[in-house]
Amino acid sequence: MRTETLRETSVNTAAPVNEFTTGVAKAAPVMMGYFPIAVAYGVLAREAGLTLWETMAMSLFLYAGASQFIAVGMFAAAMSPFTMIFTTFLVNLRHLLMSASLAPFLKGLRFRSLALLGTGVTDETFAVNCTEFANTRRGHYFMYGVNLASYSSWVTGSLVGAMAGTLIPGLDQLPLDFALPAMFICLLVIMLKDNVMLCTAVLAGGLSILLALLIEGNWNIILATVIAATVASGWEKCRKRS
Amino acid sequence: MSETILIILGMGVVTYLPRMAPLVLLANRTISEGLIRWLRFVPAAVLAALLTPELLLRGGAFDISLSNHYLLAALPCFAVAIRTKNLFLTVFVGIGAVMLINTYA
Repeated sequence: MRTETLRETSVNTAAPVNEFTTGVAKAAPVMMGYFPIAVAYGVLAREAGLTLWETMAMSLFLYAGASQFIAVGMFAAAMSPFTMIFTTFLVNLRHLLMSASLAPFLKGLRFRSLALLGTGVTDETFAVNCTEFANTRRGHYFMYGVNLASYSSWVTGSLVGAMAGTLIPGLDQLPLDFALPAMFICLLVIMLKDNVMLCTAVLAGGLSILLALLIEGNWNIILATVIAATVASGWEKCRKRS
Repeated sequence: MSETILIILGMGVVTYLPRMAPLVLLANRTISEGLIRWLRFVPAAVLAALLTPELLLRGGAFDISLSNHYLLAALPCFAVAIRTKNLFLTVFVGIGAVMLINTYA
């Protein structure tokens, strides 16, 4: 059931340029966190025998931190194409949940815009976008800003790493890789507005650790999220009925 | 086109589809109340699920010792985040804390 009438009206179209630049500014912690990791990826990929173009193709078309490192390992181990593609699919499947929870904030957009916004959904851009969407009336231009800034940082970092060939002295001294966990901490704290949310986060966090220790692969994130959200929404429904 | 590039494109496609499909399929649909309620809990759950292994697992094992520098550095981050809700401040405190801990521990 498409709600055609919502088109153009429900989306905040005020001052697209301002929205976009605010998005770029809000993406600064993501850019700061991505750059050194991307440099490390670039170096590692070249050392594993990938060409400059292959290394960059991965950052341009895959644009997914953890799975690019895994892919480099799989190329080095000369695994079968099917194994490589399927592993990548599983590692990145969690984005399905993130996109689904961003969707209600992007009502009224055309297929083209949605398909373009989808290219930029990562753990980090999702965290920034959904915190902002939940707290302020931001439009999709904000999301373009966050996504493009983060993507640029990742691609630039990869290029620097792939060209330099070795870790840039000094950059690895600065623990910039902690920028991303620190950012997650703050965004999570902002999201925990009531006790139900807090319990959801504690449950998801606990389950994620437990499942990571019990099962191979990255299933812990998807499973922990699905279980915790299901328990929380079921509990909330029961509470509202009574 | 080399086989490597074809594999990379394949990996790109399977990464892109889960990112794009829910946006395209759900954005312009009336979603049931139950699904909306469920989706409301996803952001906090997914962030917590991503964060805890980063802080509490080292090399695939549970580590809550003082040698886990990320866990130690997370404590001032939580404090600053709860008090200020300031993203940049939290990130700078975090990076500063890791540097201090790496230097003195």
